[in-house]
Amino acid sequence: MALLQISEPGESPEPHEARLAAGIDLGTTNSLVASVRSGIAVALPDADGHTLLPSIVRYLPGGAIEVGRVAQAMQAKDPKNTIASAKRFMGRGLKDAHADNTSYDFIDAPGMLQLRTAAGPKSPVEVAAEILKVLRQRAEESLGGELHGVVVTVPAYFDDAQRQATKDAAKLAGINVLRLLNEPTAAAIAYGLDNAAEGIYAVYDLGGGTFDLSILRMSKGVFEVMATSGDAALGGDDFDHRLMCWIVDQARLAPLSAEDMRLLLFKSRAAKEHLTGNDAAQISAKLASGEMVSLKLTRQVFQDMTQHLVAKTLTPTRKALRDAGLGVAEVKGVVMVGGATRMPHVQQAVGTLFKQAPLNNLDPDKVVALGAAMQANALAGNRAAGDDWLLLDVIPLSLGLETMGGLVEKIIPRNSTIPVARAQEFTTFKDGQTAMAVQVVQGERELVADCRSLARFELRGIPPMVAGAARIRVSFQVDADGLLAVSAREMSTGIEASVAVKPSYGLVDEDITRMLRDSFDHAKDDVHVRALREQQVEGRRLLEATQAALAADRTLLGADESKLIDTELAALEQALSCTDHRRIRGNIERVNKATEDFAARRMDQSVRRALAGRDINALNI
Amino acid sequence: MNLDINQNHFKLFGLPEGFALQRDELDRVYRILQSQVHPDRFTHAGENEKRMSMQWAMHVNEAYQTLKKPIKRAAYLLSLHGIDPKIETNTRMPHNFLVAQMEWREALEEANEARDGVRLSALETRLQAEMAVLYREAEAELDQRHDYAAAATTFRKLLFLEKLGEEIHYAITELDD
Repeated sequence: MALLQISEPGESPEPHEARLAAGIDLGTTNSLVASVRSGIAVALPDADGHTLLPSIVRYLPGGAIEVGRVAQAMQAKDPKNTIASAKRFMGRGLKDAHADNTSYDFIDAPGMLQLRTAAGPKSPVEVAAEILKVLRQRAEESLGGELHGVVVTVPAYFDDAQRQATKDAAKLAGINVLRLLNEPTAAAIAYGLDNAAEGIYAVYDLGGGTFDLSILRMSKGVFEVMATSGDAALGGDDFDHRLMCWIVDQARLAPLSAEDMRLLLFKSRAAKEHLTGNDAAQISAKLASGEMVSLKLTRQVFQDMTQHLVAKTLTPTRKALRDAGLGVAEVKGVVMVGGATRMPHVQQAVGTLFKQAPLNNLDPDKVVALGAAMQANALAGNRAAGDDWLLLDVIPLSLGLETMGGLVEKIIPRNSTIPVARAQEFTTFKDGQTAMAVQVVQGERELVADCRSLARFELRGIPPMVAGAARIRVSFQVDADGLLAVSAREMSTGIEASVAVKPSYGLVDEDITRMLRDSFDHAKDDVHVRALREQQVEGRRLLEATQAALAADRTLLGADESKLIDTELAALEQALSCTDHRRIRGNIERVNKATEDFAARRMDQSVRRALAGRDINALNI
Repeated sequence: MNLDINQNHFKLFGLPEGFALQRDELDRVYRILQSQVHPDRFTHAGENEKRMSMQWAMHVNEAYQTLKKPIKRAAYLLSLHGIDPKIETNTRMPHNFLVAQMEWREALEEANEARDGVRLSALETRLQAEMAVLYREAEAELDQRHDYAAAATTFRKLLFLEKLGEEIHYAITELDD
């Protein structure tokens, strides 16, 4: 049976006016951009025909920035200013940064760490933004216009801070983020739509720096994630690093300089890739001292030294199966994603665990970007009739609060379908207590110390009562991007505190503003121009959406309401041509206020219609 | 039909109110509802419609989870009949049930100390069988006999076992890590 045909409730764009949309896979090792052209998702190449952009950024003294292959060529010569694998540091503090990446000068900044470069200290968010800018430009040149919106992918196992950091990077790159999409889910869309897959599938995604395992049920155009698990610090990089340690050991090398380390890492990666199709590899390198390294490595030796890393991926795999309540026999296929899955011993281990040969019919480097492009196309409102599908994703890690004794009270368990809201009531510990510290944590362990702290805020002004009498309701809300917002309210007084979960590890808004200012050429563009453009885009979108809604459902409005909305729309349209972003904002808010009830009624109507059609549809199964 | 986001979950899904559940139909209606209200359908709508979509999608998810999971479904049915079973957790449980509970706990502790995954899995299987029996009881009490006081007791037993199940699940996961 085909899925029910449903028109876009938001609005129906003119078919000839497809909005330019793209999907970006911001990878640890490589990044790429893809877009749907004539109904088919394609990866967009640069001027030289390369689709993969090495995720490497080099900062030169004086402010020049190189991204991609140019930067890659310089990484052994200029290791401190040439940042690779910045994704591993997104939303991370210094204590999280692995000791193996010692070729960088880390700075212990509050929240997220920074890297010292010739162009000054850089946050991983700024590094990622440089990569995103290059891809955005590539897409705009290739598609011939400004991008309406982009879907940016993140590892499914990314926590709130890492997701927020990714979204901040996109914002910094001037990208309108339609959605943050989990990488394995993006791959499942590309695989599922291409192969008309039905049933339960696992996606095994071993990238450069992250590992994800997601289990999805694909049924009649619905992609439902049942469970996801992973390791946000495990990937192909770790295999390279292990091999480099082997080289140092075998060749009895003295402690390496940053330059030599990067050189040997590069050689290690080349040898690893060579061993995918060959039984042996020759490793030759000339160190800065002039010392020559020359070693022969067989596939067997490489597999033996990295087998523990492969085994490390199987633990989350089993966990996801358990969480989904499934045995391997119920999994119809295992989709392999990420360049690191090319390694034969990875293929073998996955095949043994699932008792079936993994599926390798999509390019593991591109499938995530292709799926993201399909999702972007759909979200931008370009989907063709009948080309209707829906994505239901989950949060990877449980969210909770610290309670007495440093224990975690889970509010939203992992693998809950998003968006999700949950509230729980807490009370005071002492007589006369007038304030309460709320510590928000993410993770599975029972002790706060073993989980990641996302934010800490205080609810003050609780009226003095005996211990246990106050009722403080804490609400968690996770949106469709997987981002959390928390609020707390004392029920008898209505005193409220809320927090967008950013402070502990993400960037505060002032940081973003500073980075935006730093990144602009003042003559061409500035923060004001940017704010104006944002409001104009938002205003135009609202205008179009409301006009389409009126065209479809004006009958839901009384004469006065109808007239008021028309008046406010006309005022907004007029404001759009002015240069005062605050005035546009004001008009946007007036339209929003005037259409509040209208939106609710339209939603009710659409749900009611869908349910009414249900019984008829039941006959077709 | 009066569509209220706060209406009875069974009504929202067009399902008969009871513990016995047409699971296929629940899944099917869930997808129909989400395909209408999910935020992915409103990425370029106005703020009102976005907010509305978010609220509805969260509500549909919550209602779906409540009806899908037997233990939540039982609690929900009890609450629809004005019984809050959790308030009465201090109510005395049958003696033999409490003894059985202690035995379960001891078995879990021993298997945990021995780091014995096979025993943990066997415990899990036994627990699931025991819960299945209780679910059948709950169904009879809720759907046929309409004996909500008895159903509340069965529910409390299930709550104990559910908690135990979570602990076994956690122990197995920890062992694998």
